[in-house]
Amino acid sequence: MNKILKKELLSPSVWLFEIEAPRIAKKAEPGQFLIIRTNEEGERLPLTIADFNREKGSVTIVFQEVGAGTSLLAQLNEGECILDVVAPLGKKTHIEKNMGTVVCIGGGIGVAPIHPIARGMHEAGNKVISIMGAKNKDILILEDEMRAVSDEVLITTDDGSYGIKGFVTTALQQIIDRGEKINEVVAIGPVVMMRSVVEATRPYNIKTVVSLNPIMVDGTGMCGGCRVKIGDEIKFACVDGPEFDGHLVDFAGLLSRQRMYKDKEKVESDHVCNLTKIKEVL
Amino acid sequence: MALQMTKHAMPEQDAQVRAHNFDEVALGYDEETAIAEANRCLSCPNPRCVQGCPVQIDIPGFISKMKTGDFDGAIGVINESNALPAICGRVCPQENQCEMHCVLGIKGEPVAIGRLERFAADRALAAKNEVKPITYAADAKKVAIIGSGPAGLSAAGELAKMGYKVTIFEALHKAGGVLSYGIPEFRLPKEKVVKVEIDNLKKLGVEIEFNSVIGKLYTVDELMEEEGFSAVFIATGAGLPSFMHIAGENLNGVYSANEFLTRCNLMKAYKFPEYHTPLKVGKNVAVIGGGNVAMDAARTSLRLGAEHVYIVYRRSEKELPARLEEVHHAKAEGIDFKLLNNPVEILGDDNGNVEKLRCIKMELGEPDDSGRRRPVAVAGSEFNLDVDTVIVAIGQGPNPLVQSTTPDMQTNKRGNIVADEETGATSKPGVFAGGDIVTGAATVILAMGAGKKAAAAIDEYLKNK
Repeated sequence: MNKILKKELLSPSVWLFEIEAPRIAKKAEPGQFLIIRTNEEGERLPLTIADFNREKGSVTIVFQEVGAGTSLLAQLNEGECILDVVAPLGKKTHIEKNMGTVVCIGGGIGVAPIHPIARGMHEAGNKVISIMGAKNKDILILEDEMRAVSDEVLITTDDGSYGIKGFVTTALQQIIDRGEKINEVVAIGPVVMMRSVVEATRPYNIKTVVSLNPIMVDGTGMCGGCRVKIGDEIKFACVDGPEFDGHLVDFAGLLSRQRMYKDKEKVESDHVCNLTKIKEVL
Repeated sequence: MALQMTKHAMPEQDAQVRAHNFDEVALGYDEETAIAEANRCLSCPNPRCVQGCPVQIDIPGFISKMKTGDFDGAIGVINESNALPAICGRVCPQENQCEMHCVLGIKGEPVAIGRLERFAADRALAAKNEVKPITYAADAKKVAIIGSGPAGLSAAGELAKMGYKVTIFEALHKAGGVLSYGIPEFRLPKEKVVKVEIDNLKKLGVEIEFNSVIGKLYTVDELMEEEGFSAVFIATGAGLPSFMHIAGENLNGVYSANEFLTRCNLMKAYKFPEYHTPLKVGKNVAVIGGGNVAMDAARTSLRLGAEHVYIVYRRSEKELPARLEEVHHAKAEGIDFKLLNNPVEILGDDNGNVEKLRCIKMELGEPDDSGRRRPVAVAGSEFNLDVDTVIVAIGQGPNPLVQSTTPDMQTNKRGNIVADEETGATSKPGVFAGGDIVTGAATVILAMGAGKKAAAAIDEYLKNK
């Protein structure tokens, strides 16, 4: 179980893994996530399910190497197995017929988890306008896949190397300004991006759903490490989310809590880095 | 020779030394002391101690064998009633159970039943006695158990011995429930005790499916209708942490005890960075609550390098729900008990880190529903404690994952599953439940007792089906 069927480099340091997981593939829905433990010493790492194939019995994850945990994962090769994969976790995205026009926004590797949501919205007969944002053309991922499930795709790059120059909010504002009636926005990406999207839709009262990525341990509701403030309530992102009404999210609190282990992450990174070096020498 | 009126002392690590390591505190009897302690037992013809044991071990029976040095015989007697004696001998609150009823306790100290059970079990574990796998009948029925904590493990052992094919579904990557993620290494060694006792169950033929969250991966109905299980036992425990709902609870440095202990025990954060899960413990730690979980979190903080650790509890010493022995251990290690104090707010610095815990003094008023005197705040008595870590250990509720996906099973207003006290039968045919998910947070041995009763009831149900 958990054998890596396909490993692909999507852009520098961004990996796609297709994992053999028939039990999970049978149940997974857009918006849900999984938790991975790479080896006995490893952390439990939450990652959004980027895709699932019920016939083939596989699920796909897309992740960026940003620390020790993701580096260790990236070292696994096709044919090797991941020690632990727990899923499907969290609530599924609310998708139904006749929702009208839905704008699906993916920033950076957030395009990967927005893809099954856009597909689900499209299959349910809704009009899907997708916005994909990246720093530059070279690191844009899954463009063809997004075009296949969208009625319209807008691409933004920070440096203008492809598509509209600017941020995802630049494209969103264009859609709003041209008078398009938007019934719902779903945004996944870095916290600052999701916060900008929420601020862009707030004046127009457009329902905006965001997928939060706080620090997690078990992912089943037993520890509250992933708690976030939604309006006046404390919610556990792993069981009550990860998707929430963006207009109620306390983004400042989320950002602060995400920084909790910054100094420890450095120590861990150095430790894993040294271990890797030792392995290479041997 | 006159009967010794006190228990034979059990050697333990020196308090100053053990406060800085994760090795087991209580070291256990040696053979000679075990025999001497066994000889204090009067072998009452009507043993009251047995009535105090939730799984009714034949206590005089196993102790009489220990008197003659027949330790193999002793563990045989214990195993007839208890599948996890090395664990129960360590973590049971014997002062409220078997030992509370011992006649020697009237004039002196009771027989150290827990220590004797532990000795016999440890000796058997060390000897690695062969466990004979069960040969299953071709038409053996399948039983699913949800949760691998004490209730699930005990039911699994009983059902396997009755010839049922048992599969335990566990959400985490390790078995044991609270035995693995909750109770720390220094009270309950994981490799030496928990793992070995669970491995013995596996050798019997019990299968454990890890990383399997029931309610997400399968529903209870799917287990019965699609996966071929004839009965289901739900033993998912009380794993949902309660918070205080006071200002500042989302600051960095505030943990639920569940998160703190899971990071330390299950993820081995105390071995960071060899193990990769981090845990942040400051110089000054406040643990809110007075139960065993609070004691475990406080003593763990000390071992992770905290200089000053407070227990902040709203009632007085007499009402502390923790085991007496653990309160003594905590005090000897230097934990500072701030009794009759209640937190009102957690204050942070500009970076969102905990800086102070604001408390108010309490006094005891009239008894409440639980029979304990209700703590009442003393107006104007607020003060600040300088702390950089706050651990909330004020209790746990039932996780709703299984109940919410099993709509035809009755739950009460607190979210616990409604089950028959004697059989564990729920309102849904073929589905049984036991342990903390039914009773709310209680003890390891009560959960094991519930597992044992449910196993008998499941056998009865399947025979008549």
